[in-house]
Amino acid sequence: MALLSVENLTVAFPGRRGSVNAIEDVSLSISPGEILGMVGESGAGKSMTGAAIIGLIEPPGRIVKGGILLEGQRIDTLRPEEMRRIRGRRIGAIFQDPLTSLNPVLTVGEQLIETIQTHLRLSKAEARERAIDWLRRVGIPAPEARIDTYPHQYSGGMRQRVVIALALCAEPRLVIADEPTTALDVSVQAQIIALLRKLARETGVAVILVTHDMGVIAETADRVAVMYAGRIVEVGPVAEVLTAPRHPYTRGLMASIPRIGARPDVLPQIEGAMPRPDARPGGCAFAPRCPHRMDICGHTRPDLNGGATLSVACHLTEEVPA
Amino acid sequence: MRDPILTVSGLKKSFDLSQPFVTRLMKGGERRYVHAVDGVDFSIERGTTLSLVGESGCGKSTVAKLLMGLTRPTGGSIRFDGHELAGIRAGQPSVVRRRMQMIFQDPYASLNPRWRVARIIGEPMKSFATHPDPVARRKEVDRLLEFVGLSAADGEKFPHEFSGGQRQRISIARAISTKPEFLVCDEPTSALDVSVQAQILNLMRELQKELGLTYLFISHDLAVVNYISDQIGVMYLGRLVELASAERIFSTPQHPYTRLLLETVPDITMAHRDMDRPAGEVPNPITPPPGCHFNPRCPLVNDRCRAEAPAFRVHGDAQVRCHAVQEGRSDPKKLRKVG
Ligand SMILES: Nc1ncnc2c1ncn2[C@@H]1O[C@H](COP(=O)(O)OP(=O)(O)O)[C@@H](O)[C@H]1O
Ligand SMILES: Nc1ncnc2c1ncn2[C@@H]1O[C@H](COP(=O)(O)OP(=O)(O)O)[C@@H](O)[C@H]1O
Ligand SMILES: [Mg+2]
Ligand SMILES: [Mg+2]
Repeated sequence: MALLSVENLTVAFPGRRGSVNAIEDVSLSISPGEILGMVGESGAGKSMTGAAIIGLIEPPGRIVKGGILLEGQRIDTLRPEEMRRIRGRRIGAIFQDPLTSLNPVLTVGEQLIETIQTHLRLSKAEARERAIDWLRRVGIPAPEARIDTYPHQYSGGMRQRVVIALALCAEPRLVIADEPTTALDVSVQAQIIALLRKLARETGVAVILVTHDMGVIAETADRVAVMYAGRIVEVGPVAEVLTAPRHPYTRGLMASIPRIGARPDVLPQIEGAMPRPDARPGGCAFAPRCPHRMDICGHTRPDLNGGATLSVACHLTEEVPA
Repeated sequence: MRDPILTVSGLKKSFDLSQPFVTRLMKGGERRYVHAVDGVDFSIERGTTLSLVGESGCGKSTVAKLLMGLTRPTGGSIRFDGHELAGIRAGQPSVVRRRMQMIFQDPYASLNPRWRVARIIGEPMKSFATHPDPVARRKEVDRLLEFVGLSAADGEKFPHEFSGGQRQRISIARAISTKPEFLVCDEPTSALDVSVQAQILNLMRELQKELGLTYLFISHDLAVVNYISDQIGVMYLGRLVELASAERIFSTPQHPYTRLLLETVPDITMAHRDMDRPAGEVPNPITPPPGCHFNPRCPLVNDRCRAEAPAFRVHGDAQVRCHAVQEGRSDPKKLRKVG
């Protein structure tokens, strides 16, 4: 059974000219221990999908269609205090800026111990041992000494390691990591990516990794979902999606990424820009920019269709099954 | 170099972070400086691109500001087409300043939100009096808008009506409006999505070819730098550690820091490399390590590296600041991994 499954999730915000869908008909599932990457340009709906799963959609936004199941239990209809218990205990979160997850006036140890004791039945001394253990696992040197220091005494990379320990210390089954390395320098980013991968392997926690960086996906994820204009347009094993993308948007996106080793005269580029949620065309939202546009694309929205592992939302691939 | 348009030598900038004098008298405490740019040398051939890469805080933006006269150097010289700029008071417009323009990372912050786009683009033409007549100026604005891939009608709109990529096109139109020869581009695509980044990078290459522009391009993204550059300078804590042609930097990186940077770029070929080694982080620039700034993270470190700062020396067809390279104890083949 999937650890998490999201079915036809649609989140809407009231707009000046009627309700606007931030995300539309998003369906995905994730198994224990799996790292699912969510990639797409800004405004595509990656963070909104993550926020819906952890129950943190900013009002007046709300789920208007579909549902979310965690280990078979419907969680999108829970009351806020029930959802609060699930957050932390069963779903952890890591955000882009480590400082939003850390309390500046508490020591790193106090924050870890509090989280551990809230969710696990451990004595103070046991929780402290556990906290030191987590700091060691995320690569903080001399954890026995550093546990009693404050977040500002850590470098950016070390702080993000602490946030990872905080997200994992209550032993959740799923972690939502929203751009966890975007604020970090490349040499530090590589270390954090490797750490996330190692911990997923060791603890069996599943990770939804939200990022705009295809390189991070390539280095970390097992499967990837590509989002465009509020929808998933392609999802499948990372190796397949990145090396042989099927959706014209994914193809264009992959081609436009500059690469080390290649120095073309012109970078392949997708013309135009992703439409805002209140200006999406009828039919396929990518059609106006698509080099393979057909008549049907202008009026009929393609569903996400495919086989056991790979799915694509495109009229082209519907006709030519892969 | 045959025809350098810009030559920077021994360029330095330090910021005084000390408490005010009276506070220091009463509470004690020493003067503290951050040596943001600590002796940088390079020149750029006319019509080419030199890029500066390095992690945040290494001094890239400070170099940009020094070139543009937005802040005064603590030492060193900046020669632009035969004119010395280091002595000119900050902010002073001169004949030379019109010939150098800048594009910033954040196209949101760098455009006045209350001005229409036509006024934003026309402003430098007005203040440098290249187009004093309003009618001629507006005609030129319309031409520029189309040149950067927008339409003349966009001149009537305000910046908030545009996407990030379109705003960066507006910044570019403004920057080239006085027909400069030299553009300083500080992370011009870092805030943009990759598909938009490709559009802007292509536009910049096109402009360079068509207008013969020279670029100083700043980025932390090595793949972007690989696409856009002729020469690449790698900075670490205020110093250039390696300077060579783009081909050379990527095919035979010499400085251990250059190699570390190249190894840590996320790789879309999915190598799933094991990177959780203690490669460390950039130390505090206020108290940089003595000797070579990179020594605490360097796999080739020895006592000399901890005591004595290496000079920036020609080595093969690159310039490298590293004792190990200069002493011939940095064979890349023997060094499987840095870090
Ligand atoms: N509070 C909000 N009110 C209205 N629309 C919102 C709000 N938050 C996000 N959106 C819209 O939802 C869409 C998806 O946003 P988001 O999930 O943050 O994108 P991503 O993380 O992929 O960059 C965007 O079009 C955004 O404008
Ligand atoms: N106005 C300033 N006052 C004090 N310190 C500064 C100032 N500007 C930059 N610095 C410091 O100088 C160093 C280099 O900064 P910067 O040139 O912005 O680096 P980069 O652009 O490579 O990220 C950093 O340590 C930064 O904190
Ligand atoms: Mg987001
Ligand atoms: Mg900068």
